[in-house]
Amino acid sequence: MKIERLIKMANDIGNFFNSETDKEIAAEGVKNHILRSWDPRMRKAIITYCQEDGSELSSLVKAAVTKLAA
Amino acid sequence: MSINKEKDFGTPASTSENMVTLQIDGFQVTAPAGTSVMRAAASIGIEIPKLCATDSIEPFGSCRLCVVQIEGGRGMPASCTTPVAEGLKIVTQNKKLADVRRGIMELYISDHPLDCLTCSANGDCELQDMAGAVGLREVRYNPIETHLDAVKDESNPYFSFDPSKCIVCSRCVRACEETQGTFALTIDGRGFDSKVSPSQNQSFMDSECVSCGACVQACPTATLMEKSVIDNGQPEHAIVTTCAYCGVGCSFRAEMKGEQVIRMVPNKDGKANHGHSCVKGRFAFGYATHKDRITKPMIRASIKDAWKEVSWEEAINHAASELKRIQAKYGKDSIGGITSSRCTNEEVYIMQKLIRAGFGNNNVDTCARVCHSPTGYGLKQTFGESSGTQDFDSVMEADVIMVIGANPTDGHPVFGSQMKKRLRQSAKLIVIDPREIDLIKAPHVKASHHLKLRPSTNVALINALGHVVVTENLLDEAFVNERCDVASFAKWKTFVAQEHNSPEASESITGVPAAELRAAARLYATADNAAIYYGLGVTEHSQGSTMVIGIANLAMATGNLGHEGAGVNPLRGQNNVQGSCDMGSFPHEFPGYRHVSDPATHQLFEKAWNAELNAEPGLRIPNMFDAALDKSFMGLYCEGEDIAQSDPDIKHVHAALRAMECVIVQDIFLNETAKFAHVFFPGSSFLEKNGTFTNAERRISPVRKVMSPLAGYQDWEVTQMLSNAMGYPMNYSHPSEIMDEIAQLTPSFKGVSYEKIDRLGSVQWPCNDEAPEGTPIMHTEHFLRDNGKGLFMLTEFVQTAERVTGKYPLILTTGRILSQYNVGAQTRRTENVAWHSEDRLEIHPHDAEDRGVKTGDWVGIKSRAGETVLRALVSDRVQPGVVYTTFHFPESGANVITTDNSDWATNCPEYKVTAVQITKVSQPSEWQQEYSAFSEKQLDLLEQGMSHD
Repeated sequence: MKIERLIKMANDIGNFFNSETDKEIAAEGVKNHILRSWDPRMRKAIITYCQEDGSELSSLVKAAVTKLAA
Repeated sequence: MSINKEKDFGTPASTSENMVTLQIDGFQVTAPAGTSVMRAAASIGIEIPKLCATDSIEPFGSCRLCVVQIEGGRGMPASCTTPVAEGLKIVTQNKKLADVRRGIMELYISDHPLDCLTCSANGDCELQDMAGAVGLREVRYNPIETHLDAVKDESNPYFSFDPSKCIVCSRCVRACEETQGTFALTIDGRGFDSKVSPSQNQSFMDSECVSCGACVQACPTATLMEKSVIDNGQPEHAIVTTCAYCGVGCSFRAEMKGEQVIRMVPNKDGKANHGHSCVKGRFAFGYATHKDRITKPMIRASIKDAWKEVSWEEAINHAASELKRIQAKYGKDSIGGITSSRCTNEEVYIMQKLIRAGFGNNNVDTCARVCHSPTGYGLKQTFGESSGTQDFDSVMEADVIMVIGANPTDGHPVFGSQMKKRLRQSAKLIVIDPREIDLIKAPHVKASHHLKLRPSTNVALINALGHVVVTENLLDEAFVNERCDVASFAKWKTFVAQEHNSPEASESITGVPAAELRAAARLYATADNAAIYYGLGVTEHSQGSTMVIGIANLAMATGNLGHEGAGVNPLRGQNNVQGSCDMGSFPHEFPGYRHVSDPATHQLFEKAWNAELNAEPGLRIPNMFDAALDKSFMGLYCEGEDIAQSDPDIKHVHAALRAMECVIVQDIFLNETAKFAHVFFPGSSFLEKNGTFTNAERRISPVRKVMSPLAGYQDWEVTQMLSNAMGYPMNYSHPSEIMDEIAQLTPSFKGVSYEKIDRLGSVQWPCNDEAPEGTPIMHTEHFLRDNGKGLFMLTEFVQTAERVTGKYPLILTTGRILSQYNVGAQTRRTENVAWHSEDRLEIHPHDAEDRGVKTGDWVGIKSRAGETVLRALVSDRVQPGVVYTTFHFPESGANVITTDNSDWATNCPEYKVTAVQITKVSQPSEWQQEYSAFSEKQLDLLEQGMSHD
């Protein structure tokens, strides 16, 4: 999967949940959204990117993807 | 079967609950107060002669044929304009009345052609009927001047206007005013010179007429007559079915002669349309028998090869074999399917069943992905159900109507007419749209506020409306406390009250003056009943889901939910958007919007379908394209959808389709997607199959086969054959059995059956033990979330990544037009091209002048995704800095320029916002030239393979 698109998709999700002041809840929101709507190959690709680089992901999304990988 | 015409009671029904009793011709009759004597008589089988009265419009009392006598009363009042009263004794027939009626008819006939035997209305003419009813035997007058030489107007492609047969009853004029709300017709002149006139003595095509056909339906003679009836004669039987165009879902009587549709007449009992229609539904059905229909299955190894016609058996086996080969080579998840909102519920249901149970994955998606997927997400999160809250009739109780990003008079014309009727009565209108839609200023309708925002700033605007409601204490706290999640409300209240959400702060973002926005917010929040209607101008944005949530927040905060006249109402684009979503065609949800990972639901479907099901979400449409280019998605079964034209960033879509090893298209035409296909299954039009459609108000309506499928099979049968060939058995013998299975497995459909739909005409889900006859208005007692409470969510405005720059200084936004439908595959193959034969680019006079562009010039439209060329239309309907086009013609390439930006939650494309530059050019774009050559080549490959027998 084209990782640039997945990064953008993940960051867009992060932008929505970012208005939640409790960042733990926000990260959980991002994680659940990805878990419930992304095909496994997309999840695998974003997890791999997050683990190997992750520089283009917002901090909230990085936290969420880390939770997703756990 | 027989034509079995609908009974005409002469005047509309009264809704009064007070009943009065009277006598008519000695028979006692009880009717609601306000009922006309004519209607009361008709209700007990007494037909009073009439010409100017029909029950779809208010009485007029001009023809005087319906006169009666009232015991103790004076004169002979018209029964159509005389209301019933307690104790009245009415006489409808005696010699005096008969003499008067005969005299009136004699006058009418003295200026009417006596060509009944060769007249197109022969057998369906009220004037002829009345001549018989009153016993007219002679015409004594020999007028020196008549209208018999009046010239016909044949300008409209669908109907003829023959003024020589006009009796000036004004039924057409009143239908245009009351039913359609266009006011295109009038009676010009006085006395003998009186005549029906479109606009100011123009032809129908040159007038404001929108060709809805209400006038034709209302005409009691052959004056206004369908050309299909003139050509073919009167129909001999009728079958009630449902229109396959927009999300209004109008009920129609398909009036037939054998297997030929003679005309489509809107069904008076249709609960979505109440006997009205638009130019598409009533007239544009000719595509079903168009010469471009493909009626034989075809296969080919490569898209460079000619098509080869084969038997159904060979085509099905070849397709199944290819799909199995791809799965063996690339893995189980390497194939999938796309359903369409043009398919019936039953077709969508078995398609997703085939994919989930037969293919063994959840790679199923639908075209709602590119239109209303944010509605599904946003309303599910906040209200607990992915649907609009009201029935259409609810609008008649609305005091304030807020229309956001929708153009009802073009996109949903029959509901648009109903909305205009309410606006003419008294309701106030707020329009939120970057463009001047017709509704803003229509005859006797004027919007109180047009918030002409900049494209992409919806969320900033809805937050500003919320800010006013909160900070000016316009909340319905009682509703919120009783019905909503109060913790989430408190958070939202704090969020939205922040200064950056104020109208003054957001004015620089939205371009909407703060004072006007405040006034609009007050109008909405202080109305007894305020309703929101929205369309793709809300959903097709990078924050589409956020905007839907913002709308839900606003409605909950002001208590505008759970009762008539209020609600949140998505106007669905295509006929079965709601239904295709309901039927489980999203990759993460089973039918009834239940997640594929939910253990109880998963178990339920595994047991019922006798298959091991995948609990992981599948690929969405745009993800399928990415995966195809990544070589992990190589086989596609696409039914009724034209992704190669309708989806954004079309060059990317075409590349993905070229990358796949097997593309199977099931459609009635060789659409754009089929030009990239390897297998073609010829589909059946809505006239050739049984099933159901679910409209924007959750109304499940019958689709009934009125002619045999041209290719031999209904679409659901083709999917079933493919499933069996794939090794997953399906053995339905009728779509009613599919609906029975849906009802068995889907709680909100538990009470739905074909027997019930036939008995009630239609039924709105939820239809279950609590609501056995359906649910017109949702959330009346509680929301459908697990705890029954409405959820407020925070909706921070985030600017789209699509920004105007020096290189791309204008914003392109897209929409649709009344006469064409979606990608135009159907309407382009009808006479509707008379109104719209090409897509044009609307550009503001200032922007046009800066670029030296005039109306009719070819202009290049360039975005970061691509370039196309259209003809310009200079118009101040768009604001400076914004250009607009429709997308009904493939050669326009509107989606060459749209980008891959999409809604954060659902990946619904951001069709409404593309930064572009416009320049004057002299030839089509490079893409258009290349695609034109490709398209011609594909048509040649089709021609080479066709047998023409």
